[in-house]
Amino acid sequence: MNTPVRRLSFLVAALFAALLVSTTLIQYVFASDLNGRPDNRRTLLATYARERGEILVGQNPVAKSVPTDDEFKFQRTYDDPELYAHITGFYSFFGAVGGLEQSENSLLSGASDKLFYRRVSDLFTGRRPSGATLETTLDPAVQKAASDGLGDAKGAAVALDPKTGAILAMVSHPSFDPNTVAGHDLGTVDKNYQALTKATDRPLVNRAIGGDLYPPGSVFKVVTAAAALSTGDYTADSELPGPAELDLPLTNATLPNHDGGACSPSGKVSLEQALVVSCNTAFGDLGMKIGADTLREQAAKFGFGDAPSVPMRVTPSSVPAELDEPQLAQSAIGQYDVRVTPMQMAMVAAGVANKGVVMQPYLVQSVIGSDLSVIETAEPTELSEAVTPEVASTLTDMMVAVVDDGTGRRAQISGTKVAGKTGTAEHGKGRRAHAWFISFAPADDPKIAVAVVVEDGGTAGSETSGGAVAAPIAKQMMEARLNR
Amino acid sequence: MSVVSSVAPRSGRTTELVLTLGAVGIVGLAYVNLGLATSGSVPPGLAALGLGYLGVAMAFHLVLRWRASYADPLILPIVTLLNGLGLVMIHRVDLAKGRDIADGVALRQLMWSALAVAIAAGVLVVVRDHRLLRRYTFLAGAVGFALLLLPLVPVVGDQQFGARIWIKVGGFSFQPGEIAKLALAVFFAGYLVQTRDALSVAGRKVLGMTFPRARDLLPILIAWLASLGVLVFEKDLGSSLLFFGLFVAMLYVATERVSWIAIGLALFGAGAYVAYLIFGHVQTRVLLWLHTFSPQALETSDQLAKGLMGMAAGGMFGTGLGRGRPDLTYLAESDFIIPSFGEELGMIGLFAILVLYALLVERGLRTSLGTRDGFGKLLAAGLSFSLALQCFVVVGGVTRVIPLTGLTAPFLSSGGSSLLANWTLVAVLLRISDHARRPLPDPAAGSAVAEARTEVVRLP
Repeated sequence: MNTPVRRLSFLVAALFAALLVSTTLIQYVFASDLNGRPDNRRTLLATYARERGEILVGQNPVAKSVPTDDEFKFQRTYDDPELYAHITGFYSFFGAVGGLEQSENSLLSGASDKLFYRRVSDLFTGRRPSGATLETTLDPAVQKAASDGLGDAKGAAVALDPKTGAILAMVSHPSFDPNTVAGHDLGTVDKNYQALTKATDRPLVNRAIGGDLYPPGSVFKVVTAAAALSTGDYTADSELPGPAELDLPLTNATLPNHDGGACSPSGKVSLEQALVVSCNTAFGDLGMKIGADTLREQAAKFGFGDAPSVPMRVTPSSVPAELDEPQLAQSAIGQYDVRVTPMQMAMVAAGVANKGVVMQPYLVQSVIGSDLSVIETAEPTELSEAVTPEVASTLTDMMVAVVDDGTGRRAQISGTKVAGKTGTAEHGKGRRAHAWFISFAPADDPKIAVAVVVEDGGTAGSETSGGAVAAPIAKQMMEARLNR
Repeated sequence: MSVVSSVAPRSGRTTELVLTLGAVGIVGLAYVNLGLATSGSVPPGLAALGLGYLGVAMAFHLVLRWRASYADPLILPIVTLLNGLGLVMIHRVDLAKGRDIADGVALRQLMWSALAVAIAAGVLVVVRDHRLLRRYTFLAGAVGFALLLLPLVPVVGDQQFGARIWIKVGGFSFQPGEIAKLALAVFFAGYLVQTRDALSVAGRKVLGMTFPRARDLLPILIAWLASLGVLVFEKDLGSSLLFFGLFVAMLYVATERVSWIAIGLALFGAGAYVAYLIFGHVQTRVLLWLHTFSPQALETSDQLAKGLMGMAAGGMFGTGLGRGRPDLTYLAESDFIIPSFGEELGMIGLFAILVLYALLVERGLRTSLGTRDGFGKLLAAGLSFSLALQCFVVVGGVTRVIPLTGLTAPFLSSGGSSLLANWTLVAVLLRISDHARRPLPDPAAGSAVAEARTEVVRLP
């Protein structure tokens, strides 16, 4: 009977070999597929159990992971939640949603390749692996001024350091409390999240860089003026027609001024004066003279059409590709289908402030490892030279005049030269216009460039109303920065 | 005997002692490792539990020295290690589920282990020669079949986790199939050693294989019907496969005829296929096996899927004892203890456990080869093969080689009946191996009878 026993041992060997193969398939070959399954609770718990990096504003963490006793090990909590909701985004059962939580998820979670050597050393030193901390460029005073200024109004405000592109403030209203969707109780979190996504005023949208975008209205005249000056055919003193109404070719329609009157008693205005009083007819006429291509190219030099990552993706601003003469005249004053983000208009102000050079905006100043070593520091980079230093200087003088003598008086800061431009963007008959203001200060050595938009904040037909609503907010933001 | 050796044969007891101490040491280290990983300190009661486990293993070792001094020296260390690792993992799941050591499953399992070892030692002491068991062939058969079918009896039978393989008497539940395995192996061995000549000689040759006569098919048909009964009425594919596989393997060993394997496979395949066509619960098992992650399957049961995800989480090297989440898998301390090991000890750790099982089976088969009597040979081969088959059914079930069934991993899973049955199985194997390895009285050394002056009558 020995022969069959020996053969039986081969069968036993085959059975065990099959088990070794099946184990290998599950634990090695298909392990990553199984681990990557969305219904894999272990993977979810593992990502929670790793201490996620903090998000710092100044020296204070606005997002941090606090140890808990439950099975998730850490609870993500947000300080000043409403003020920084669109900066941080939130981290929940739905993953990392919005803000830096989403766009820098791999750094915060520690999974980024940039942290590879750190992870290897964690393995050998037994240190608990944790994510990197992000230090933002935000100035809490400016951020707070922007948020307080907007108050209950819908809208957005952005402040940049014109010389580096560092984002000093980025506020979008209405805001929300990320803590309500970062809890560990799935039912509550899901209910709160559904409520946020369904809310009609869409608090989850960061209006400063995304959403439906805004018509810029008269603040776009800075771009039109830059285009005209850059052709070399115009100076600040070039004389333009400034009637009460501009006849538009091809149609019976006319382009009126905001107050219905002519821009000067003579019906003629200089380019500078046209900007100071925000003369629609003069800029409409100017737009048709320089042509759509020149205007579009100038806009592109300021960053229109780009989708920079700050590191959140900024929706590209746009000037329509096809424009006939009346549409061109409308576009030159920031109406028709010109659409911008507040971030883009802040870049226009910052570009003029920085002698014509537009810097790449960025929100993360440095990435800090768990052992407090700096892994990465932001390097300011030039995006483009939008205008020559000479043109920038001329535009600055013109914008200073707007604040000193024109529609932007509400942005005046005593002892400091402020350059700015108001806007009142109409968006549909019978609706209140969006109030705009872009500015920078001090005009001779700019430390901050600002763009503010207040939805439905202005009164159609009154250019000064835009300045009245948006300019004070911009002023408070600039003061917050200059008084540091 | 072809070789007469004058070298004193080695009993292997010292080897066994050293290896068993090593096995207890590994179990102790695993327990300390678990304590450090979960609470950051050496677990309290390490000395008491460690010495207790060491005492149990040493007591069994001493019984072997006393009653079976030539028994195979590898079997006890392997079983000690497996049982100890099982205890550590059960304790680990206790911890994960927040159960105190006093009311945890692990302490109960430790008591069952001690009881199982005591009974195994008793078997070694009482059964001085395995051939005694042959006297009880038909009693064993009756007991075996009775135990197998006991869960079907309305009052005592109990259905748990979809399989009716439990009996419940006075709040005490028991899986009689484990004991039945042992009784049936004795019955098959005794029965086949009697009838092997009739089953192996007569027959006709077809396609190079000698097929038995129709009337000799009766035993295999009875075994087949019994196993199908288990599959259909107890809804237990594992036990069904185990008993039928055991019978066919022993039939093959007894008769040395491949045709029995062919007949056995054909019968089981046909039976299982018909059962699949007719019975919903068999179809469900197959669906869960082949399409584990389909929404339809997950809706029915996600326990296999959860076990697989646990194993995948462990990967090649595992999370380390105490650092995984085995509690996320259902039945992590019993039917799914293999995925728990896979998660925390990794593929490498699971390989080690499989190799331990394979070694144990190999020692059993070696015992079978070395045994001189046919009954012992058949019994050792049958018991070893039943262990191998059970491992295959359990591990294959949780790793999707075959449909999942409700068998326990021998020595590892929590469960008193399983421990009792498997320790007793090991005791019988040790008894046979003692017989196989014990040297015959050396004719050269001479005895009183040989040295006496006698007339030697030479026959032509």
